[in-house]
Amino acid sequence: MASATFQLPFEQPIYELEDQIRDLEGVEPKTAETHEQIRALRKQLTESLRSIYKDLDEWETVRVARHPDRPMFTDYVDLVFDEFVELHGDKFFGDDRALRTGFAKLDEFKVMLVGHHKGKTLKERNECYFGCAHPEGYRKAMEKMRLAAKYGLPIITLIDTPGAYPGIGAEERGQAQVIAESMLEMSRLGTPIICVVIGEGGSGGALGIGVGDRVAVLENAYYSVISPEGCAGILWKSHDYAPQAAKALKITARHLERLGVIDDVVEEPLGGAHRDHHQMATRLKMYLVKTLRELSQLSPDELLAGRYEKFRKIGPFLEAAQP
Amino acid sequence: MSEALPDAPPPKPQREKRGVPSGLWLRCDGCGATVFRKSCDENLNCCPECDHHMYMSARDRVASVLDAGTFEEWDTNITAVDPLEFSDKKKYSERLVAEQKRTGLKDAILTGSGMIRARRVAFAVTDSAFIMGSMGSVVGERLTRLIERATTDRLPLIIVSGSGGGARMHEGIFSLMQMAKVSAALARYDAAGGLFISVLTNPTMGGVAASFASLGDVIFAEPKALIGFAGPRTIKATIRIELPEGFQTSEFLLEHGYVDRIVRRREMKSEIARVIDYCGKR
Ligand SMILES: [Zn+2]
Repeated sequence: MASATFQLPFEQPIYELEDQIRDLEGVEPKTAETHEQIRALRKQLTESLRSIYKDLDEWETVRVARHPDRPMFTDYVDLVFDEFVELHGDKFFGDDRALRTGFAKLDEFKVMLVGHHKGKTLKERNECYFGCAHPEGYRKAMEKMRLAAKYGLPIITLIDTPGAYPGIGAEERGQAQVIAESMLEMSRLGTPIICVVIGEGGSGGALGIGVGDRVAVLENAYYSVISPEGCAGILWKSHDYAPQAAKALKITARHLERLGVIDDVVEEPLGGAHRDHHQMATRLKMYLVKTLRELSQLSPDELLAGRYEKFRKIGPFLEAAQP
Repeated sequence: MSEALPDAPPPKPQREKRGVPSGLWLRCDGCGATVFRKSCDENLNCCPECDHHMYMSARDRVASVLDAGTFEEWDTNITAVDPLEFSDKKKYSERLVAEQKRTGLKDAILTGSGMIRARRVAFAVTDSAFIMGSMGSVVGERLTRLIERATTDRLPLIIVSGSGGGARMHEGIFSLMQMAKVSAALARYDAAGGLFISVLTNPTMGGVAASFASLGDVIFAEPKALIGFAGPRTIKATIRIELPEGFQTSEFLLEHGYVDRIVRRREMKSEIARVIDYCGKR
């Protein structure tokens, strides 16, 4: 499924093997020796994928998380859910295409699905501002989540944004205020909430739909207080230091798990989610169903108490004995 | 880390102005006039010529809003750690020590209780001079404890924000999560019927603006403060057009409906007291 136009530098050995395999597969008729060569190359390819993806560094992970072939919101809608009934407006200003909301079915569950969408074609990407939502997006999400809570539907949010949109209209319509309100609102909705970072977990724009009972991050996704480029620009005075910033910020799923900030890491197929949408969707679905079954055992009060405690205890500090 | 830092007023981190020696005189960013520092100090750090509201330290803010001698500081024993072992050009652990020394503060916030014209309140103020007034785990924790205590003690809550930095990058994801933590505490405070007055000062940006600062029942802003989600430079780099005059100022927010009142510094205390009288009695 690798894109013909988009290549990651560290995947170079993989592309070369894929090319060789493709060439040999075109040979007709194939001798026993050709078949043997193809088999050997496939084995080599698997090993190559394994060794490259075993220890991606932080910046490489960011590159994978942003891969244009990586499954997006609409892919998961098709591959994970049995039905999606999109609900569009925020009943106030407009319909943000960067943040999508609607009823969805997942096995025995009826849920409210909320998620960022980056867009696939250039036209769609422009409509979606590359996944950067405006205040109307967060307002819409808040409205639909309240609706879900009213009828006891669990909420699933799929987070994939470089950040909330930085623009004049966004500021005029209260970007800071809606993100704040959305977090506050999510902290008190008495229905199960599962949040999964499927690609980019960019700062407040991510957290605006990120307050839940379980927070998971896909293996090659990232979640950060600021984009590596933004951090590099401020602290290193140049965007060229984004790889250093990514490393310093410890933004990968494994780091976040070790730091105790997220609940789960959902493993990706070998070589990343962009290589196998179906397998990725299957794994995500398994995770969601399992977690929904756990959370649906809890009363609203238990959910709210647990959710509060979960965020309450995040953030290490030193507490000296009172003098 | 438990050593108490000197309680003396912090050195004024007023930036050195071109050609104007620090000390007796300073140059107003608002009108460009060179003004006598003493007359500025006596005027709550507002320019005597044009009333431009200059930087005010957290300690001075306490003195300007709370009744003299009534501030009881809470949770002073909490100090920052360096959970990511973060280092850019400087180690975060060293930066913390340097900032503590420079400002006389342990972190970018003071929390506690005090009286405003004889009304007891829970009070917090962030200091924009301490790592840009950014929120890391200490700011998040002290705010959360303050809000929780205000909830149990049924106190009105006043938070004065000043933060150019938003969520503190040096503590990475932990800083981001403080936004959720503090907002969740405010949700409980709200449910318990608490009155929260949020006061925005120059600058209130990023993760601070996008969490507690925007969640007040009543929101005041000092005149001409820079307030917003994304920094003006980020916006300019994204949309590549000149930003309109007065964009992201207090007046801009008032016009667009995100601030209840613009309140001059010398009237802040009375204005807060007045709102408490309308809402605070339960
Ligand atoms: Zn002036």
